[in-house]
Amino acid sequence: MSIVETPLRRAVRAQRRAHRARTTTITLVLVAVTFALFVGTMMIGSYVLSPWEVIGSAFRLTDDPSVDFIVLDLRLPTAATALGSGLALGVAGLVFQRLLANPLASPDFVGISGGASLFAVSAILFTGWGAVTTSAMALLGALLASIAIYLLAWRGGITGYRFILVGIGLSQLFTALTGYVIARADLNDAREAMTWLVGSVGSAGPFELRTLLVAVAVLLPVAFVLSRRLGALELGDDAASALGVRVERSRLGLLALSVVLVALATAAAGPLSFVALIAGPIAVRLVGNAASLPAAAFVGAIIVLTADLVAQHALPVALPTGVVTGAVGAPYLIWLLATVNREGRGG
Amino acid sequence: MTDRTSDRLQDDRTHDLRAEDLTLGYADTDVVSHLDVQVPPGQVTVIVGANACGKSTLLRGLARLLKPRTGTVLLDGTSVHDQRPTDVARVVGLLPQTPVAPDGITVADLVGRGRYPHQGWFRRWSAEDDAAVAQALEATGTAELADRQITALSGGQRQRVWVAMALAQDTDLLLLDEPTTYLDINHQVELLDLLTDLNREHGKTIAMVLHDLNLAFRYADHIIAMKHGAIVTQGRPADVIDADVVEDVFGLACQVVPDPVSGTPLVVPRSRHHVRALTSEAESPAAV
Amino acid sequence: MTATVQRLQHVEAPTPRHRSTVGLGLGALVLLGVLAVVMFVSITIGARGVGLHTIWTAFTDYDPSSAEQTVIRELRVPRTLLGLLVGAGLGLAGALLQGVTRNPLADPGIMGINMGAAAGIVVAVMLFDGISQSTSVWVGFAGAGVATVVVYGVASFGREGATPVKLALAGAAVSASLYSVTTGVTMSDLQALNELRFWQVGSLSGRYLPVLSQTWPFLVAGIAVALLMGRSLNGLALGDDLAVALGQRVRLTRVVVFVTVALLGGAATAACGPIVFVGLVVPHIARALCGPDYRWILPYTFLLSPIILLCADVLGRVLVSPSELQVGVVLGVVGAPAFILLVRRKDLAQL
Repeated sequence: MSIVETPLRRAVRAQRRAHRARTTTITLVLVAVTFALFVGTMMIGSYVLSPWEVIGSAFRLTDDPSVDFIVLDLRLPTAATALGSGLALGVAGLVFQRLLANPLASPDFVGISGGASLFAVSAILFTGWGAVTTSAMALLGALLASIAIYLLAWRGGITGYRFILVGIGLSQLFTALTGYVIARADLNDAREAMTWLVGSVGSAGPFELRTLLVAVAVLLPVAFVLSRRLGALELGDDAASALGVRVERSRLGLLALSVVLVALATAAAGPLSFVALIAGPIAVRLVGNAASLPAAAFVGAIIVLTADLVAQHALPVALPTGVVTGAVGAPYLIWLLATVNREGRGG
Repeated sequence: MTDRTSDRLQDDRTHDLRAEDLTLGYADTDVVSHLDVQVPPGQVTVIVGANACGKSTLLRGLARLLKPRTGTVLLDGTSVHDQRPTDVARVVGLLPQTPVAPDGITVADLVGRGRYPHQGWFRRWSAEDDAAVAQALEATGTAELADRQITALSGGQRQRVWVAMALAQDTDLLLLDEPTTYLDINHQVELLDLLTDLNREHGKTIAMVLHDLNLAFRYADHIIAMKHGAIVTQGRPADVIDADVVEDVFGLACQVVPDPVSGTPLVVPRSRHHVRALTSEAESPAAV
Repeated sequence: MTATVQRLQHVEAPTPRHRSTVGLGLGALVLLGVLAVVMFVSITIGARGVGLHTIWTAFTDYDPSSAEQTVIRELRVPRTLLGLLVGAGLGLAGALLQGVTRNPLADPGIMGINMGAAAGIVVAVMLFDGISQSTSVWVGFAGAGVATVVVYGVASFGREGATPVKLALAGAAVSASLYSVTTGVTMSDLQALNELRFWQVGSLSGRYLPVLSQTWPFLVAGIAVALLMGRSLNGLALGDDLAVALGQRVRLTRVVVFVTVALLGGAATAACGPIVFVGLVVPHIARALCGPDYRWILPYTFLLSPIILLCADVLGRVLVSPSELQVGVVLGVVGAPAFILLVRRKDLAQL
């Protein structure tokens, strides 16, 4: 059966190429914006640097001790945390939403961030051992919460619906306990705990940051490779299985990958709320469903980097990043919902 | 890769799918028990039976979506559960009963996902994939929908797109679970004609569950009638279908007459009203 | 003719997924009895034990000098009634939202209502340097109302109107924005933080009679409308196309549902804080008990929600007596594991 060119085949190929060109262009624009914001957050501050100074120093191209101090010691950790956690949350959120076939099923709402929060807040209020313990506990909380959801939702297999319901239950449990320990604490401890709960990219220690960046560098490409499998899984278990996907194994792999990304991002920056929820739908509306994972990663990064810029510099008082993440991404999603669906693409 | 493809073409595209001593079930009930069945290569097989008789379960079992409790499903002599899933998926395709259409996906994109088993880690998208997608769109009459969002389609259009996805998988064996759901009668006949074309011209083996008995008997080379998880009878519809079999399988009193168009068995149900001998046409004009 | 009808009904009655009407009706009666018992317990149990007789005389032959009677009149009865109305209101609001968005994660919280109320309260606290409790109810109510209008407005752009996916996304997005406002204010205003952190765990304690007198008309009206929505929600559950085909005015149904939800969620949240559990979880429990028919899910939610809320409130009072645990905490700690058990045991009817 040799391949004969027919007009339809040409049309199908042309359409696919046009679509891919559009997707690639939009994704590249997102990458460029991410990079610009990444450099931009390191330029601004009490001492303003030029982009070239920042790039030269951050990528070790120049050697100017005073610039290096500002960039490498003061600003790069924050910018890198914002970048890393944004990429991680964007991908993890969309994987959850597509895998569970529910636009609200981001890790924030199915109990994973809740587990991280409970453990971290308990660490702050009861141990007083400092930031490293808090991060470690957040990581532990997120992992334990996800294992608990998976095991409790398992009944001869996982269905998205049961996973979501169990997630709702656990997240209620965690929220209640977190609220309880905060309400019982004295006001200053409560304030510290609530600050952590809001999430801030400026508080990550070098160890958490390095772990997050390594994980992002390793796991994001894995996620992109697995996105074909995700594309089959979201057609339903039967269809995916008929296409030759090992359903349970692939789903477990994708969930585990997202959980690790969310857990490390939360350990580094706290539960930056709504990034994972909003980045995915924005990406899907920009580039369509099939190519949305890379786009979601960069949309996530853009949200967190912008939020960091706004939180640090645009407001009269410096605020934790998490305060602004909702305000940065949400209006854009609202705008997309209001405009894009004129073409019937809103879903 | 190319060698394997040509090998497959040379063996005349006849793949043998059969089940031996197959027991399938959900939770704590067996739906199908100790069944031996073969999907005759190169033919159109239709499975019929009353609701909940295990036809869909059998189809899902054959497509290795269910793990057998006893027995095995064999594809060319090897258990499908011992083969790599993508290897099986290049030979056996399935249109499930209730697939899920994700948010924000176009028709072309969805149909393209049928190419999954043909693509590898590195070999992504080829001219062959485009050709398969184009052919599937053309065959199902969905080419002009290619750019539309699935969510914006009607039920019938959506069903044809799902069929197109199964066709794009380009398998020699195609299993379909009620492919005519949501289709009007015209599109039902069109789809069944298309499947017959695929069978006659490309030698594909087709096995499907159908609800419309008359269409089932017309299009089937081989009919399998099931009841309570067991096979009541199987064979050429003209040879094995009569009023007793239909009454046994469906509990429906009926007459079976030759179809005026195709000569295949045509089931004419007896209902409690509307019987010609008892009601004269003058008295009850509505009775036809 | 009658014979045919009877035969048809006979055939249709024992469908496997629907429970029988008689069984469901009896179940509702049992729940009604349980609710009465729970209300009685809620009125009588506390630091001072009282009997039925005391309750009776407190209202028929009030003696202002009797501490017991004052406690009943001013605290216990209003508290119980508030729990009844708020519980029913939140539960029904959740059931309506889950029905109209066909999303198991939808609840007054994610649809912007809790965040709207919270934002209204903290902004008012910041602007006017603290507010009275009666004002805080109105501000919370107003915030919830505005949020709901915005969510529905955003979602209904475009020709297909407010589809479930768009409603869910718009709710999430509006919640996100409001969350930023709320946390932004609390981070910079310690007084607002203090106000909010107790409000957030959902507490019935302290301010019963005034809050009850402010909110009951809205709650009662909302509950009445909500209970009548069963048939419309059953239609929507089949999907928009089929609902239209069945002759339903889908847009109108959605608008009515949203107004009702704003009324119920707004009033309940303003009164008692975001008791998320009730709106999110109780409709699922009702669905597990009576299958997918909203004509039963709504009354069951209406009865179950106050039962669960009042039980949690009573438990909170008993467990750490003489101090109190907030209802939100008790619900999360006791209710959530029970809910997970239920999810695991039952094959829940999907939305």
